Amino acid sequence: MSQKMFEPGITAGRLEASAYADQFSDLHPPLDPHEALVAADRCYFCHDAPCITACPTDIDIPLFIRQIATGTPDAAAKTILSQNIMGGMCARVCPTEQLCEQACVREAAEGKPVKIGELQRFATDHLQQQGKHPFERATPTGKRVAVVGAGPAGLSCAHRLAMMGHEVVVHDARPKPGGLNEYGIATYKTTNGFAQAEVDWLMQIGGITLQTGSALGADITLEGLKADYDAVFLGMGLGGVNALGADGEDKTGVLDAVDFIADLRQAGDVAQVPIGRDVVVIGGGMTAIDAAVQAKLLGALNVTLVYRRGRDRMNASVFEQDLAASKGVRIVNHAVPVAVHGNGAVREIEFEYVDADMKGTGQMLRLAADQVFKAIGQTLQGDALPALEGRKIKVDGTGRTSVDGIWAGGDCASGGDDLTVTAVAEGRDAAMDIHMTLVG
Amino acid sequence: MADLRSEFVGIKSPNPFWLASAPPTDKEYNVRRAFEAGWGGVVWKTLGIDPPVVNVNGPRYGAIYGADRRLLGLNNIELITDRPLALNLQEIKSVKRDYPDRAMVVSLMVPCEEEPWKFILPLVEETGADGVELNFGCPHGMSERGMGAAVGQVPEYIEMVTRWVKASTRMPVIVKLTPNIADIRKPAEAAQRGGADAVSLINTINSITSVDLDLFAPEPTIDGKGAHGGYCGPAVKPIALNMVAEIARDPGLSQIPISGIGGVTTWRDAAEFMALGAGNVQVCTAAMTYGFKIVEEMISGLSEYMDGKGMTSVDQLVRKAVPNVTDWNQLNLNYIAKAKINEDLCISCGRCFAACEDTSHQAIAMSEDRTFSVIDEECVACNLCVNVCPVENCITMEAMTPGTTDPRTGKVVEADYANWTTHPNNPAATAAE
Repeated sequence: MSQKMFEPGITAGRLEASAYADQFSDLHPPLDPHEALVAADRCYFCHDAPCITACPTDIDIPLFIRQIATGTPDAAAKTILSQNIMGGMCARVCPTEQLCEQACVREAAEGKPVKIGELQRFATDHLQQQGKHPFERATPTGKRVAVVGAGPAGLSCAHRLAMMGHEVVVHDARPKPGGLNEYGIATYKTTNGFAQAEVDWLMQIGGITLQTGSALGADITLEGLKADYDAVFLGMGLGGVNALGADGEDKTGVLDAVDFIADLRQAGDVAQVPIGRDVVVIGGGMTAIDAAVQAKLLGALNVTLVYRRGRDRMNASVFEQDLAASKGVRIVNHAVPVAVHGNGAVREIEFEYVDADMKGTGQMLRLAADQVFKAIGQTLQGDALPALEGRKIKVDGTGRTSVDGIWAGGDCASGGDDLTVTAVAEGRDAAMDIHMTLVG
Repeated sequence: MADLRSEFVGIKSPNPFWLASAPPTDKEYNVRRAFEAGWGGVVWKTLGIDPPVVNVNGPRYGAIYGADRRLLGLNNIELITDRPLALNLQEIKSVKRDYPDRAMVVSLMVPCEEEPWKFILPLVEETGADGVELNFGCPHGMSERGMGAAVGQVPEYIEMVTRWVKASTRMPVIVKLTPNIADIRKPAEAAQRGGADAVSLINTINSITSVDLDLFAPEPTIDGKGAHGGYCGPAVKPIALNMVAEIARDPGLSQIPISGIGGVTTWRDAAEFMALGAGNVQVCTAAMTYGFKIVEEMISGLSEYMDGKGMTSVDQLVRKAVPNVTDWNQLNLNYIAKAKINEDLCISCGRCFAACEDTSHQAIAMSEDRTFSVIDEECVACNLCVNVCPVENCITMEAMTPGTTDPRTGKVVEADYANWTTHPNNPAATAAE
């Protein structure tokens, strides 16, 4: 037991030095070959399988599982990657319990779906760890496409375009490619630098130039890209963070959850990342869960996740909610922040309980807080963008925006859930439409 | 609990579950463990004339698997016992002395001459064994030397040897038959003519279980080469059941007792063999897969089943299904059934649809929301949907009531029995009487 465990305030090293590696190890350790065969044997090879329908990228799941079962995991990987070039990351971060595994007929039959996500990881890891890239670039077309954002949508789009023979330049504001895969996902979901390894592997297709530190609006402009390239794909995600709207929210210690998650991912040694003894996370999505769980893993004594609605309305899946609970995160529902208390730095945060219609009840809750992480949604940033729908770039089914020659996908575009797998699908589909437009 | 005591050709055992002549019954140590576990009897692994045979020193078994690496079929290239005759005889005597209530049958295979049989039979008798089983079935190795299946494939030899054996011993004689023939009734008839007290079947089936695709050699592979072996286990049960039934329903053979062998794995398999005419069963692969303890499930399962059927002795089960085994041309062509899918049980995997749509009669409809239903206008009741459905009893075959109209043919379902022999499409039809 570390001496710093009960220490108030924000400090690093709350745990014994030896504990961190275990805390931040793979949430789901990879299946070994035996486990994979046992898991694969459970697939019924359904007709027009519901799991495929549930997958935003339409991976032929029964086929790839049958390929694993028959001892050809690399063929399985190609089945996966031909639909979803980031199948390796999606295998790690997809909320499978809400997608393919929820649809699995064995979920209906026995409440125990085939382990589709873990099998997908088994296959893609098998291929990628050999450094094999199973796709070849078509004859160069001479067409050039600019992609803004090296996240799942942008990279998926870039890879598909490159495969079709186009020349692609990917711009990203951050120093590293990967987008949320690199900066926005809990450490225990993608260990051992997988996000970068996946980007490196993806780039093997050739024909893609990566320009990091190149931000739209600062280093490049949409006008300029449109003039210089045959087509533009926008996949820069959501750069802004919503405000709490509570008094005192500018106090020290009130932080954006996405920054906390990104800093943790980029930390060379997680033991050096300071964390409060009492941490409050506000929000009900995956980001809130990722922040709350990791605060706990860093040794925060009391972590409370507060969400304004009931658990059934949380965007985080039941699996994620249970994960948080199992790590010791307390989940409080039906409460909204009204004031952040403290002299310069946050000491307490005050909530009011609300009813189902979000009306205040007059009942208050005060929680001790050294740190408050805001995870109440992100917003699109940027000027001179194509027309919006709500707060996102309006796109049609193939990713076309209101401006000719500009496509968009991923979190910055309208429609779809803000999931990695959705972004990959949108990037891929936009690439196909760009291709048809350029050479069709 | 039902009385499972069994008497087979005068040999008594506390239950009808014997271990077949095979590796599990090769030594005193194994057989004592088997009897402690509760097996009713054993057929001691086949004895021969010294010097003992030698076995290969590489893999003796190959296998095929179902899901989750369930062993479905096993093939072996092992020979008869490779231990000295005297040692086996001494052990048989020792075990029989300590377990007098268990059946102790000794399997034998000696060259196809009368002298060796005359030599070995008194030695077996002297052990106190209850009977002998003549191994005319082993399909590999021994058959190359003119024994085993090489005898079992020639009815005249079966008859000749059986007669020699009967003339040289007071013990009951069971003749074990090879399935590697065209018509199982011919060797069974030969055994009967030779005076056999019973037949046991099936021995193993000639087989190659798999091919090593790197070595390009059959499995099991011995230094780059493979030889066919004998196939057994759950996969052979249907073949064995048919052969047992063929003998049991043959008027000329219906009196000869049968010891059923071939893929018996559970009490239910045993009950099926017995219903088709086996007086008892012999088990090998299941024991080799799961160990001797499985006999406990066989005992409890058969007891529970018999209690449920009001049967008080195993004899009441034996041959119970034989009258219902018939030829195809005796099947009632006026019997009309339709598949029915229980939507509450259905898990919407769609395998019935794929099977019917791709490979059969396009008689299953699939809705937008993955509800599957049978199109009676197309359904010929082939049963494929039932067979491929992963959920037991989700799809059933429901007989149509006479007087109703089959929507597929537009004809009224007739109550009367009518088979192919009288069907107008049969060029050889005889007029219905």
